[in-house]
Amino acid sequence: MFIVNFLSAFGRYLMLMGRTFSIPERWRMFLKQYIKELTQLGVDSIGIVLLISFFIGAVICIQIKLNIASPWMPNFTTGYTTREIMVLEFSSSIMCLILSGKVGSNIASEIGTMRVTQQIDALEIMGVNSASFLILPKIMGLMTMIPCLVVFSMAAGFVGAYASALVGIVSVDDLTIGLQHDFRQWFIWMSMIKSFVFAFIIASVSSFYGYTVEGGSFDVGKASTDAVVRSSMLILFADIFLTPLLS
Amino acid sequence: MIEIKHLYKSFEDREVLKDINAVFEEGKTNLIIGQSGSGKTVLMKNIVGLFEPDKGEILYDGRDFVKMTKREKVLIRREMGMIFQSAALFDSMSVLENVMFPLDMFSDKNEADRIKRAKFCLDRVNLAGAEEKFPGEISGGMQKRVAIARAIALNPKYLFCDEPNSGLDPKTSLVIDDLIHSITEEYKMTTIINTHDMNSVMGIGENIIYICEGRMEWQGNKDQIMTSTNERLNSFIFASDLFRKVKEANS
Repeated sequence: MFIVNFLSAFGRYLMLMGRTFSIPERWRMFLKQYIKELTQLGVDSIGIVLLISFFIGAVICIQIKLNIASPWMPNFTTGYTTREIMVLEFSSSIMCLILSGKVGSNIASEIGTMRVTQQIDALEIMGVNSASFLILPKIMGLMTMIPCLVVFSMAAGFVGAYASALVGIVSVDDLTIGLQHDFRQWFIWMSMIKSFVFAFIIASVSSFYGYTVEGGSFDVGKASTDAVVRSSMLILFADIFLTPLLS
Repeated sequence: MIEIKHLYKSFEDREVLKDINAVFEEGKTNLIIGQSGSGKTVLMKNIVGLFEPDKGEILYDGRDFVKMTKREKVLIRREMGMIFQSAALFDSMSVLENVMFPLDMFSDKNEADRIKRAKFCLDRVNLAGAEEKFPGEISGGMQKRVAIARAIALNPKYLFCDEPNSGLDPKTSLVIDDLIHSITEEYKMTTIINTHDMNSVMGIGENIIYICEGRMEWQGNKDQIMTSTNERLNSFIFASDLFRKVKEANS
């Protein structure tokens, strides 16, 4: 039964994506929606990304210095490990998991409310491809903004690490040496590629749950929760496959 | 003109529409009446293409909507306007943006002309001055009028209204009814209204279809409805004390 339900949902998801990825009827309207989504999904998330990344960067640095570093390890270990954690995993995968909660629930509840209040029916009756009109700008907007958010997250994490250095937990020189030690540019690209895939998962899965909702406000709430849970699970699965593939 | 021929629709094993035959005339306000759950909304959703009928024909000026290709359906939908029970305005857009939406999507006019047309439509429904307000800031009656303005923005040939008076006071209901009726005559549209409001029936019912348990029971106009001998129709219209007294007074 689980497999039948899964395949049925996956089939409906593919059909919805088929309708979504069609040439916009009016580029003028698409661009208007796209810019709106850049702001709503991306720019409005900058604050939370910077805040979380700053504190996590600081805490990682403190944890490594106080609990892991030992006289047998070089002094730059704290900065080096902080950088690798932020660049390789936190700023892409964990940040996308956090964003799937914020952005995913926003997308699912917005589209779900439009469904239950017949706004999507109104679009269809006007002859508008509602899937393409509503979902495509969200997918494109999030895929544009998430790699930028990942870079902001990395930067905020390093600033957080320096903040912990300023309060005397680690020396600024050791941290700087560690952050620069054996730096590989590809890791930044890898993180951005991963986040690009995660952005598609968050936007498309959340849109699917919102678009296919039936009923009332209770069902919109349920769809919103399902969207966050499923997109988070898919991000974790995708991470497992993408990490060895890109390393 | 819209014609329905032998239309059937069921959901799983529940047959909701059974052999519906009806003609909705051009330039007239056509009413579909019936109790809640009788199949009125399902019938309307079949007519506008939100549901696919199991069997039957839906002819828009002789063109069978059921057999149309996806592209043809999209094109014919641009000739339709619809007013939903909940108005279904886009709540992230202002009143003016809501009315401009179909123009922005499908009109080749420049922006100044689109704004001019949208303002004309708002003026037509007596909403001049409410352009910058958002749907959440206006009353239910005003929302319905914005929905009417949006529906007529592209000069549609067919206008559909699903319970347009639902949730409105009797006075505002009359305003909405009169507005729909006068717009229908002015633009020579084929208008179909789903309602169970007997005031609407007696006010603007030029062609009335009564649906009961998924079947078409009666067709006529507002002058014939009071003298009908159809028992099911009588039990529906004279359920209201007021109409019972009107009938008694007439007889």
